[in-house]
Amino acid sequence: MYSKAKLGTATAVAAIMASGAFADTITIATVNNGDMIRMQGLTDDFTAKTGHDVEWVTLDENTLRTRVTQDIATKGGQFDIMTIGMYETPIWAANGWLVSLDGLPPEYDADDILPAMANGLSHDGTLYAAPFYGESSMIMYRTDLMEKAGLEMPDAPSWDFIREAALAMTDKENEIYGICLRGKAGWGENMAFLTAMSNAFGARFVDEDWRPQYDSEAWSNTLNFYIDLMTEAGPPGASSNGFNENLSLFQQGKCGMWIDATVAASFVTNPNDSSVADKVGFALAPNAGMGKNSNWLWAWALAIPAGTQNEDAAMAFIEWSTSKDYLALVAENEGWANVPPGTRASLYETPEYQEVPFAKMTLESILTADPNNPTVDPVPYVGVQFAAIPEWAGLAGQIGQEFSAALAGQQTAEEALEKAQAIASEELEAAGY
Amino acid sequence: MARAVTQQRKIINTTAAWAVGLLIFFPILWTILTSFKTEATAIADPPVFLAFDWTLENYGVVLERSNYARFLWNSIIIAGGSTILGLIIAVPAAWSMAFVPSRKTKDILLWMLSTKMLPAVGVLYPIYLIFIKMGLLDTRAGLIIVLMLMNLPIIVWMLYTYFKEIPGEILEAGRMDGAGLKDEILFILTPMAIPGIASTMLLNFILAWNEAFWTLNLTAAKAAPLTAFIASYSSPEGLFFAKLSAASTMAIAPILILGWFSQKQLVSGLTFGAVK
Repeated sequence: MYSKAKLGTATAVAAIMASGAFADTITIATVNNGDMIRMQGLTDDFTAKTGHDVEWVTLDENTLRTRVTQDIATKGGQFDIMTIGMYETPIWAANGWLVSLDGLPPEYDADDILPAMANGLSHDGTLYAAPFYGESSMIMYRTDLMEKAGLEMPDAPSWDFIREAALAMTDKENEIYGICLRGKAGWGENMAFLTAMSNAFGARFVDEDWRPQYDSEAWSNTLNFYIDLMTEAGPPGASSNGFNENLSLFQQGKCGMWIDATVAASFVTNPNDSSVADKVGFALAPNAGMGKNSNWLWAWALAIPAGTQNEDAAMAFIEWSTSKDYLALVAENEGWANVPPGTRASLYETPEYQEVPFAKMTLESILTADPNNPTVDPVPYVGVQFAAIPEWAGLAGQIGQEFSAALAGQQTAEEALEKAQAIASEELEAAGY
Repeated sequence: MARAVTQQRKIINTTAAWAVGLLIFFPILWTILTSFKTEATAIADPPVFLAFDWTLENYGVVLERSNYARFLWNSIIIAGGSTILGLIIAVPAAWSMAFVPSRKTKDILLWMLSTKMLPAVGVLYPIYLIFIKMGLLDTRAGLIIVLMLMNLPIIVWMLYTYFKEIPGEILEAGRMDGAGLKDEILFILTPMAIPGIASTMLLNFILAWNEAFWTLNLTAAKAAPLTAFIASYSSPEGLFFAKLSAASTMAIAPILILGWFSQKQLVSGLTFGAVK
């Protein structure tokens, strides 16, 4: 009788487990971009495989940053997975706010993650966030306008060539501008572009002793070149242009060249949205002959906040969503051009993916960006278009305003750099660097 | 004697009123129009006003991607709940200030208003921490309380202004006829102040419906209202203006319809006592 009861209990427990009664519901905070939306659409596959349900909280980038930062800093416990970038990951990991991803199983093949991405998302050699999609920046250019100008884009052009080509392509009467670059103020807008550009010109944010370097000749060369180029060959009102504004201009055929995130390649080559989809070529971001290109490195990655009640389910989701199988699942449902780029080396070895027009240049761009060694001269920080220190977002936001004002003609490049030097000195000194 | 209004002046006034009205409404109209465009038409330069291929595709995508009904229901509960709770507290408060004022009444009114001068972000972290301790994060009850507190000074001020217009003698007469405090407020004061209470309710409901700071910061998946629904369609990398416009239109449609049907009450309430 007793053993019958035990058997009955065991059967009931097994039935409950099999029916998924122990399944968790995880809450994921994320941004609104094409890759993330596709992932939301494919979540049923994860639920079918694991039994766990997923609740999505999709926010715009700025709100997401504020929201997840306040939640993790106060241990609010609202999210089981957070979408964060290369800037936050090393800082939050150092604070002990993130769960290490060392526990991912061998079949996940963490070694397949592109080294540049893995390095940028690690702290003390341990991976704390799994890259969901990675990007660098590169040149997207109009092949027809380049041909009309009688020029040929090299694979790795110099800034001098870009200036020559931009001037040759510009036809202001017909609203065609040789070059479109970010001018809108913000640490993720003009400062991301200009910091990456300055790396090629031999400039750096600080020297090895954390002394700001905006008063250096290299920074003066960078900013003056940028402002002159945009004045001669850029669109009007460029100081208000960010990624979306330039994307819109390029898609309408108003930009000869656009240097921006590699992720834009899938937009400008999409014939549904772009009027120049079949006339776009790609090249590495320009250099100034000093051994560094002007391209940045960024990844949106998934991380688990320390203290989550659903760590196992969250880990299972990260394993699913950043795996090789997931890339194949997207390819099967949405086509290879829509597979999240820039995370795994094996993707670039896939013959079908090699046929995607921007795949090769995206990989080359990512491989040439080194967050641990971003500048010509050594620096004490990690990060290509940012410095992974908590003060960066605040001070770069202020400096971005000054650079944007200089582009708008409200002050000279020298005045902007002088103010940038003062802002950086004050902030870093106050923070004890 | 009323001043005679010439036909010409009438036309000028009407035209000017329509022009101002259209100017104010234009951003909403543009959002609605954009929601029926393709993403490519949405960013066309020069912009296309009406001559485009109208499509419902964006609404289809938004409805497929998001649980609109849940966001809508949360908005109704949060805006409605905070309005009702606010009125329950504000009506007696405004009654006491209007009809049995003390020497400190004016100071209290000003102090209440001064709380609106503090930027909301200044108290975000304390409130966030209190919410964690009380288990109120991502709950509709928590948001009802916060939004009620945020709007309470305005409700009390508005009701106080309306109540001041009601002659105290009427309430006194009620008291002489044996009405208690509850009867006085419920059966004498409230019916007389219905236009004022209705417009206060509507205004508070609209303020709570549109509130985006607290609703975005204190919710996640469960209690998120329509403001979070809109925020989920904003993208820094990718042109999704048509879908964002569709989401915005869906978020503002209920409140626009409510405002349209109740505009008579709203206007009569807001102008209550304005002309003596």
